[in-house]
Amino acid sequence: MTRQEEEKWADIKDHIEAHHADDVRDMSESFGELTITVRRASILKIIGFLRDDPICKFNQLIDLCGVDYPARARRFDVVYHFLSMAHNTRIRVKCTTDEDAPVMSIVSLFPNADWYERETFDMYGIVFDQHPDLRRILTDYGFEGYPLRKDFPLTGFVEVRYDQERKEVVYEPVTLQQEYRSFDFLSPWEGAKYILPGDEKSEAPK
Amino acid sequence: MANILTPNGTAARDLGTPAFSPELHNAGFDGLSDQLADKGFITAASDDLVTWARTGSLMWMTFGLACCAVEMMQASMPRYDVERFGFAPRASPRQSDVMIVAGTLTNKMAPALRKVYDQMPNPRYVISMGSCANGGGYYHYSYSVVRGCDRIVPVDVYVPGCPPTAEGLIYGILQLQKKIRREGSIIR
Repeated sequence: MTRQEEEKWADIKDHIEAHHADDVRDMSESFGELTITVRRASILKIIGFLRDDPICKFNQLIDLCGVDYPARARRFDVVYHFLSMAHNTRIRVKCTTDEDAPVMSIVSLFPNADWYERETFDMYGIVFDQHPDLRRILTDYGFEGYPLRKDFPLTGFVEVRYDQERKEVVYEPVTLQQEYRSFDFLSPWEGAKYILPGDEKSEAPK
Repeated sequence: MANILTPNGTAARDLGTPAFSPELHNAGFDGLSDQLADKGFITAASDDLVTWARTGSLMWMTFGLACCAVEMMQASMPRYDVERFGFAPRASPRQSDVMIVAGTLTNKMAPALRKVYDQMPNPRYVISMGSCANGGGYYHYSYSVVRGCDRIVPVDVYVPGCPPTAEGLIYGILQLQKKIRREGSIIR
């Protein structure tokens, strides 16, 4: 990154810290963007601040999505990406939640968050409080489960077929003709966890 | 002007197109031109006549679901131009004979696909285009994809590929025409 960018980030960082030190849990730089982790309760306040403050002006919501870390107690992250057109910089905002704790919807601030939040709800089951219309958006009508959670089986639970007698498409439990096979295509040059046949000799001289 | 304009399609075949022999290419046309030249008319079973007419005006219901649809569009564009086989796109299922299922069929789309198929008048045919429509393909183990559109509708021709080329689809169309000529009938 350039010196100019660094200065810009430092400004924004200091500015956020000066105003909302209590609400921000962590600040870091990753993948060329400033990342701030905020408390779930103050997400609306922080994002409102980022949008309206003249030094930030992050007035475009680029993306909103969820991440699942099943090992953690509060397993989900909600990740927001913003762009500041005025200052030509981007920012990533994160907050953590679990299956039950609702996150405040930011539809009142960014109307385009509507469908993003519906998608996040559909895929992870993260509940957004005060969302105007929190329904599933992508999955099948009457779908059960949250497919992007790590504990959701790849093949799901139901499959469809046309029933000649009932003259309609029916749902049945999944029966696979062939079990899913996980092929390990990881190249030995990129850290495969096993020794290829014949390769054990290469380790011997050490 | 010495150039005689002949229409493309079957009519062009017996008018001395150089290096093209209908006998070699299609057994269905064996001796047809001789008969026509000798007597001035052709006799045929009405079944054959009807099926022949059907193969020449197959209207296809476009069911483009994914990237295969792009190749399907290519097939109807000027370079490949399936309309020279009388194979014309028709947006309404009630006026079409063939449905090309081009792309990934998801669980959510399956009832809609079946509904469209049910609206098509008999005789109706289905071309399954691409790996996803044939057997789920790349998404075979997915929670949301139908493992082959033949679980929903009966399929006549499977076109392999991911996606199949426009030539591949045209080959499938010609195979379907052949199938109709072979086993088509006017019995309901």
